[in-house]
Amino acid sequence: MKAEKTVFKKLSALAMRTMPLMVTCQELEGFMVDYLDGTLPRAQRRKFDLHLRLCPDCWRYLEAYQRTISLSQAACRDPDAPVPADVPEELVKAILAAREKDA
Amino acid sequence: MPAAARRLQPPLPNTWGLGYPRCMDAVPKQPPPGGEDLADERQLVARLRVGDGASYEQLVRTYGGRLLAVARRLVRNEEDARDCVQEAFLQAFRNIEKFEQRASLGSWLHRIVVNAALMKLRARARRPEASIEDLLPQFDADGQRIEPEAELAVSLELLERREVREAVRRAIDQLPDGYRNVLLIRDIEGYDTAETAALLGLTPGAVKTRLHRARTALKSLLAPVIRGGKP
Ligand SMILES: [Zn+2]
Repeated sequence: MKAEKTVFKKLSALAMRTMPLMVTCQELEGFMVDYLDGTLPRAQRRKFDLHLRLCPDCWRYLEAYQRTISLSQAACRDPDAPVPADVPEELVKAILAAREKDA
Repeated sequence: MPAAARRLQPPLPNTWGLGYPRCMDAVPKQPPPGGEDLADERQLVARLRVGDGASYEQLVRTYGGRLLAVARRLVRNEEDARDCVQEAFLQAFRNIEKFEQRASLGSWLHRIVVNAALMKLRARARRPEASIEDLLPQFDADGQRIEPEAELAVSLELLERREVREAVRRAIDQLPDGYRNVLLIRDIEGYDTAETAALLGLTPGAVKTRLHRARTALKSLLAPVIRGGKP
């Protein structure tokens, strides 16, 4: 964890600190939801894109982040689950009976 | 082309030779009710409004399965899920006068069952919220990532495997409720930030923060799956 930074990482940290229009990896975190929603204002989107262009760590991070979203969506749309049109017969009966009482 | 293969236009050249991050699936907006066209739907609503007995059963048979799937995702317990669906239909019968034809009947019912499920979750005495701090990324004093992501070596075909899908669902369920619910409602049920905020009684800003943290924590929990190892 405390490994020495590579020269590349040191230079990149220097660039993020000193170049105008740059954001750090940490600042980038706060933009991620809006970035993927496409709701980031254009100026911020440009900063985001610039950072990604310069930072392989964030590039990989974003890729894993998007993969996570895809995984969760696919896992919840389980192809083995019963057809959505399948509603258990006893549930239909229970609902209709409850409606009679409710009415 | 399957939804998973759809991609955003890359805003950048493949600077790092990694390819553009795979676009997330199009958020699964609830599909319009399959099969029934608008005229049938209007007719069904009209019959419900005049209290036609057969119309209640038709509504339950047409939408019950879909609503049950939604309730199961949210409450994780078959009995509670069925309770939610029943409660949702009773509310729908009672409030059919308030249904505006601007939305589809399916999306109106979807929202009702989501609300019923959220009520059920709130009523259920759950363990106090665990912290997910350990699962969030760490930064050094320069604001750089301390533990860079490992390279991804795996395709979405992995998802064809049942044990992977189950591992993902278990990981979602490990999230504290306050995060899990936001993730399910935004990423899985497909509501946007404003709608999610209204459903959960949060501000839009809080929804975004929680969504981001939930996705990030889930990413940490799924790291072995994402990297193609055993879940
Ligand atoms: Zn970065």
